Amino acid sequence: MPANAIIEVKGISKTYEGGVEALAGIDLALPQGMLSTLLGPSGCGKTTLLKIIAGLIPPSQGEVWVKGQKVDGPGPERAFVFQDFALLPWGSVLRNVAFGLELRGVAKDEREQIARKHIHEVGLKSFESSYPHQLSGGMRQRVGLARALTVDADIILMDEPFSSVDEQTRRKFQEELLDLLRHKKKTVIFVTHSIEEAVYLSDRIVLLSPRPGKISQIIESNIDRQDENPEEIRRDKNYLDTVDRIWQILKQYV
Amino acid sequence: MIVFGKRIPMLFSLLAWCVIWEIIGRAKLSTIVPPFSGVLAAGITIVPTPKFSTAVSISLRSFALGMSLALLVGIPLGVLMARVASVGKILGLWVNIFISAPISALVPILMAVIGIGESTVVVTVFLFAVFVIVIDTHVGIKQADRSLVEMARCFGATRSQVYTKVLFLCALPEILAGVRLSVIRGVKGVVIGQLLIAIIGVGELFELYSQHFLMEEFWALVIVVFTFAFVVSESVAFLERRVEYYASTR
Repeated sequence: MPANAIIEVKGISKTYEGGVEALAGIDLALPQGMLSTLLGPSGCGKTTLLKIIAGLIPPSQGEVWVKGQKVDGPGPERAFVFQDFALLPWGSVLRNVAFGLELRGVAKDEREQIARKHIHEVGLKSFESSYPHQLSGGMRQRVGLARALTVDADIILMDEPFSSVDEQTRRKFQEELLDLLRHKKKTVIFVTHSIEEAVYLSDRIVLLSPRPGKISQIIESNIDRQDENPEEIRRDKNYLDTVDRIWQILKQYV
Repeated sequence: MIVFGKRIPMLFSLLAWCVIWEIIGRAKLSTIVPPFSGVLAAGITIVPTPKFSTAVSISLRSFALGMSLALLVGIPLGVLMARVASVGKILGLWVNIFISAPISALVPILMAVIGIGESTVVVTVFLFAVFVIVIDTHVGIKQADRSLVEMARCFGATRSQVYTKVLFLCALPEILAGVRLSVIRGVKGVVIGQLLIAIIGVGELFELYSQHFLMEEFWALVIVVFTFAFVVSESVAFLERRVEYYASTR
């Protein structure tokens, strides 16, 4: 286990009611301040693993430790970005982004001031009073991201956040996400089924094999993100090689 | 409504029916149908009488009590059935039996058990109204967006916050639809309960008028009751439309 592991997954198995085995014997340490991706074909239990780390689903066996504490439910050091955005349809952008603080009982003025800051950060300035159904998919997910940033968690868990967003929006969003996270020094766990997305965004890629979900391989990509601007990454030789290497591994599971 | 390419207000169709009624009444085709103008005149005479206002206030009180009970029991029960699987399984069958059962048939038994009086009418209203509230609340909570609940839990919501800030609001369109239907059934409950007991409220008046063949008064009372049911259900419908803007975008 690396010394700076912020999340430790120890012997996690999950069998759903009805006997579907989603995960079997997962051991994993995820380093602080990095973006790690859980990558695999559908049915490999990557979302289940993420939700176990989030404390939303109890594991059948094993333990998750976050910052030296055993997980037995959701906690303030972990924020979640949902695949289907999970925005309150009756709430404005401002209310949605401030919702985490509202649940914690932060006064209205204070939480809205904090929320406004993060709304600007994700590029939604002047949309504060819009409602989710008035926004495009990409904008809704920006709201989801701003909500996760507003509670100031160290760890951001993202469950296929771009899968319901169109390709062009996704590219732009990915670039902005890299930029934003580089400044925030957050630990991000990202779930995706897109190899390109995984390699483009992450420092470490955890490959999962399906039925039941097991760790197949962990790949460290050696793309230098500090110097290169996001546009350059897609042409980087390391990037292209890593994408190909992962495809060669995943091919056997599809 | 569009007739011969011209837009005609909906009220016109009501007016047309009144005219047809008047013509049939004047033609003396049936003793049951007096002219509409006669009914109106009878309405104007009976409404200010103390007998009428006592009947109305007794009926309104039974209605309000029965409905409040139905709301207080129905909504929590629906929520419980949706959230606790075993409760849902056990009660689901009973609720579905009772919603399709002719409750009116039970009123004579209620009279025997509870007595011939207002409380029997209250219980009748309750039984007429409660099951549709239970079913609609159950459906609303069951269909509530699971990922919104997960989201709230993730951001540290307590159990009660999950209910008040997410689940209840998610289910509000269905709950209001249930309330609107239950209000309509509640009015039926008052009238049927009182008719069967026949000595209190509007039921007593109905009984009185039909026994003495006072058809003009009888129809005037029918119109008053119909209007009341319509107005109450439309007010709930108005509330429904106000929450519809997000119901349609869920």
